[in-house]
Amino acid sequence: MIRLISILVGLGFTAAVLWAFGNGAYTAVTEGMGERTAEKAFHLHPHAPEGGYSFEGPFGKWDKQQLQRGYQVYKEVCAACHSLKFVAIRDLEQLGYSEAEVKAEAASFQVPGIDPNTGEATTRPGLPTDNFPSPYPNKIAAAAANNNAIPPDLSLMAKARHNGTHYIYSLLTGYADPAVYKNEAGETLAEAFPATMPGTGLHFNPYFANLNLAMAPPLNSDGQVTYAEGNPEPTVHQMAEDVSAFLTWTAEPTMVKRKQTGWPVLGFLLFASILAFLAYKNIWAGVKPKKAG
Amino acid sequence: MSFPWARQYEPQNGFMKWMDEKLPLPRFVYNAVGAGYPVPRNLNYMWNFGVLAGFFLMLQIVTGIILAMHYAANAEVAFGTTEHIMRDVNWGWLMRYAHANGASFFFIVIYLHIFRGFYFSSYKAPREMIWLLGVVIFLLMMATAFMGYVLPWGQMSFWGAKVITGLFGAIPLVGEPLQVWLLGGFAPDNAALNRFFSLHYLLPFVIVAVVILHIWALHIPGSSNPTGVEVKQESDTVPFHPYYTAKDGFGLGVVLIAYFAMVFFLPNYLGHPDNYIEANPLSTPAHIVPEWYFWPFYAILRAFTADFFFIPAKLMGVLAMFAAILVWFFLPWLDKSPVRSGHYRPTFKKFFWFGLIPAMAVLFWCGGAPAEEPYVMLSQIATAYYFLHFLVILPIVSSVEKTKPLPNSITEAVLGSDN
Ligand code: HEC
Ligand code: HEM
Repeated sequence: MIRLISILVGLGFTAAVLWAFGNGAYTAVTEGMGERTAEKAFHLHPHAPEGGYSFEGPFGKWDKQQLQRGYQVYKEVCAACHSLKFVAIRDLEQLGYSEAEVKAEAASFQVPGIDPNTGEATTRPGLPTDNFPSPYPNKIAAAAANNNAIPPDLSLMAKARHNGTHYIYSLLTGYADPAVYKNEAGETLAEAFPATMPGTGLHFNPYFANLNLAMAPPLNSDGQVTYAEGNPEPTVHQMAEDVSAFLTWTAEPTMVKRKQTGWPVLGFLLFASILAFLAYKNIWAGVKPKKAG
Repeated sequence: MSFPWARQYEPQNGFMKWMDEKLPLPRFVYNAVGAGYPVPRNLNYMWNFGVLAGFFLMLQIVTGIILAMHYAANAEVAFGTTEHIMRDVNWGWLMRYAHANGASFFFIVIYLHIFRGFYFSSYKAPREMIWLLGVVIFLLMMATAFMGYVLPWGQMSFWGAKVITGLFGAIPLVGEPLQVWLLGGFAPDNAALNRFFSLHYLLPFVIVAVVILHIWALHIPGSSNPTGVEVKQESDTVPFHPYYTAKDGFGLGVVLIAYFAMVFFLPNYLGHPDNYIEANPLSTPAHIVPEWYFWPFYAILRAFTADFFFIPAKLMGVLAMFAAILVWFFLPWLDKSPVRSGHYRPTFKKFFWFGLIPAMAVLFWCGGAPAEEPYVMLSQIATAYYFLHFLVILPIVSSVEKTKPLPNSITEAVLGSDN
């Protein structure tokens, strides 16, 4: 009885799902499989800058010089629009800045405060214990200043996109003119998807998920930031690479420590597993004969 | 209960004697996982996964309790407190990655444990109760993992919660009021987050309780084995300790190497980047996907894309998704074969390796993919096979199949002769 019911129920589910399959197959045959969208035709996957980064791979280490340059780019360019609300200013000490330098850096940011005499909301110079503030008093102000798009917090950006470090680099260096940029099929956006041409205040970038974003190219000329002596030339590519490295650090300041902790743990476990294997073979030696036959 | 030749516990000194009279806990442990528990001598590595599941359950509880000390279940700050754990709490990043990847490894281990059961039909008499309790554990694990994923209050947390609780809305008549009642509102918010945290802390202890029953039920018939032939004599068994403690110790070492390699070197590989974006009810992610261990069932849910007579497609999907797990409860009675082990059931074995396993692989793959062709059609074929396998093929094949001859005993299977 139970098996009869089971077979009926099984055939019921199968019929229902095959019915759905039939419907889908019919649509696929009559209307073709999936539409070709502008995103599919133009979207590019992020790629690494030449030479990659020092922190990549299981033995990766931070390049503090590079992180300092990246911080400089963030502060002089990106901080005009983007906060780093999960990052404490004191953590800059991890990049090799001295305590006094960090204090001075902190004081160069204005953070929300309260007037001690009147109790009114004001701003005050930052302290090392503050986090990097938002340049806007609230979301409405942020949206109003940016053509209705809110510049996202960048603390976790490098983890919040697939292949985040490379994504930030590719996005910053990937802006193109949609009138002349050609995809792999040799089409321009204007010919193939005129409806997707960027509207006012939007900028075409094939690395961005829906191709047009509200951020104008923030790094647009070589030498936009002046690096201290002994550093590479601040080309757009160099600045983009440095700020991507810095944002990888803000997303996970413990990344290098994590990898460095991993090796002794794995080494110990390998050793323990070998011992456990020998113990296992030893204990079973009397019981397990060679396979008969 | 155990076999008559099981070794008897003998307290070794005065203190242990005293203890044995007042609270025979050492005796209990000796009989449960010590030398007093005889186990078939021919278990293969597939029998390691129960103990490994127990290990990961404990690991989840320990890391979870530590995380809870620093986490706050409030929609305003939840995302920030998880980042506080990652950045400011000593070894907080390790606790969080260990817990997140621990959940994944718990599921890897449990899937292998369950598929061991399918292949060796461990669910058959006299082990039905072990199996039924196991399915209950699996359902509890899914509920726990789902609610845990909501806690960091990232984009996938929020939208996952919204989609999954939205499924209740498909139930006719009571669906929508039920959904609002479950969430404490029309969409996931503080009320939902708080109750999910409360339950996420509670359910693992319920799982511990059911695991105790599961192992209690196991100890009545004892473990099955790769031949599926029941234990007959002392030479068929070895004491659990030291034989299987040693083997499980080695298995644990190997699994921990894989686990810690993920924790330390690829901790976000199994996660979704969108969950590093704070929850935003106004911005829907391009693709909403649950964690990988739900993918097969998510694929089944989404496979029902057309209304079936009077049943709306969404309701059909929800029914099928739950049915996909609930059918496991009936396996002991659907599988009529007198033989347990897949080794001796040639037709069943073919359906297992060339039907069920590929169908599951397709469901895993399509469940994580966007709801587009060809993934939808592929998951429809795999879903059809999934239901046919358990509800049609298994009952029929198990009744008509001609099985291969079994060894007379476990000893014969190992040594070639029955003594
Ligand atoms: C004039 C203001 C402004 C400046 C300066 C600026 N951004 Fe942006 N940024 C924006 C806005 C607005 C958005 C939101 C774009 C959208 O969603 O369409 C954005 C978005 C982004 C994104 C997210 C893209 C995505 O995938 O959603 C990244 C990454 C980013 N900015 C990085 C940077 C970096 C790095 C700098 C400094 C080199 C920088 N931005 C400087 C305004 C700015
Ligand atoms: C928290 C999760 C679980 C724990 C800690 C656990 C633990 C164990 C342990 C220690 C064993 C004995 C060792 C072994 O055979 O591998 C076992 C056996 C078993 N488990 Fe589980 N289990 C869990 C979940 C499940 C689930 C989800 C199922 C099935 C749906 C299941 C089905 C079985 C069966 C059928 C056996 C007996 C197998 C045999 O003797 O051949 N278990 N379990």
